[in-house]
Amino acid sequence: MSTLEDRLERAQRVSVGEAAAQGAARFVKAAEEEKLVDVAFARVDSPFGELLIASTRKGVVQLSLHGYDQNETLEDLAHKVSPRIFEAPGRLDEVRRELDEYFAGKRKSFDLPLDWQLSHGFALRVLKATARIPYGRVSSYREMAEKAGNVRATRAAGNALGGNAIPIIVPCHRVLRTGGGLGGYGGGLPMKEALLKMEGAIL
Amino acid sequence: MRPPPFQAFLDGHREEVYRFLTGFVGPHDVDDAFQETFLSALRAYPSLRNETNLKSWVLTIAYRKAMDSHRGRGRRAVPVEDLPEQPSRGSHAEDHALWDLVQALPGKQRAAVVQRYAVGLPYKEIGAILDCTEEAARQNVREALKKLKEMMS
Repeated sequence: MSTLEDRLERAQRVSVGEAAAQGAARFVKAAEEEKLVDVAFARVDSPFGELLIASTRKGVVQLSLHGYDQNETLEDLAHKVSPRIFEAPGRLDEVRRELDEYFAGKRKSFDLPLDWQLSHGFALRVLKATARIPYGRVSSYREMAEKAGNVRATRAAGNALGGNAIPIIVPCHRVLRTGGGLGGYGGGLPMKEALLKMEGAIL
Repeated sequence: MRPPPFQAFLDGHREEVYRFLTGFVGPHDVDDAFQETFLSALRAYPSLRNETNLKSWVLTIAYRKAMDSHRGRGRRAVPVEDLPEQPSRGSHAEDHALWDLVQALPGKQRAAVVQRYAVGLPYKEIGAILDCTEEAARQNVREALKKLKEMMS
């Protein structure tokens, strides 16, 4: 005969994992209905590995390339945008669809609202100029600096592009070093080269 | 402290909250209480400051929410045979009956027993959640065990 305490403690050894997971999924739906989801994120497959995409009500706020620490990215979003951040892939269906089409070579421009709140000042102007470089074309750090209003700030333009929160959709891969060198890329130079080849910008 | 992404907080504590509420409000009401707890936590979340123990924080919300809704609804007698199969209650019929008796305990004692045995918290943490001392938490559990034994005899 086990003691009363032993019998009560048995409850601890019973798994509630599945019931709690279902409760959590229902809760996320309720949170969306109550408009309490400030940032929705999803992990999506791509030819360049898993990407993490995040949207606010305004639009896409971040795309994190494969190789970046996803937890760090989410912590950063929680701090800079809002801690009410949820994995809610349904809210990113359109983003995923356009990215799939782009990687399949079937889409030449993105038709997605963007939330620029992670960029400011000169960097924001550089990135907005970058967003206008057409598919299949390339530009230079110097030209982006000029478009952002300071032709001599080539290095700052490079830094702005390095800090691009929404790569691929804001096509910083289309910006090369003055003179034609590939420059840098957060996803690695082979990825930059592959994107430019796919777009027909380089051979 | 900067609050972590809510998704990480939810993933990290959903099982403890579910365990607590299953024992505290019973299998019929656990889902509603779970939703209310996390919605309430989510509303307060962006203004969280200096909260070092998020587990205690969310279990405190669960306790208060469950007490409120319990009061509002009034107690309902639920025949044992009508209860759905609840995994968290163990597979033994005698354990089901025991947890039904737990439901009849007064709120604070019930919360203390559930936190001690079903969640497995130390008395210090139980005291923090119930807003009493560690010794008072221990005393609540002792009282509850005594009452349970009386009910069983």
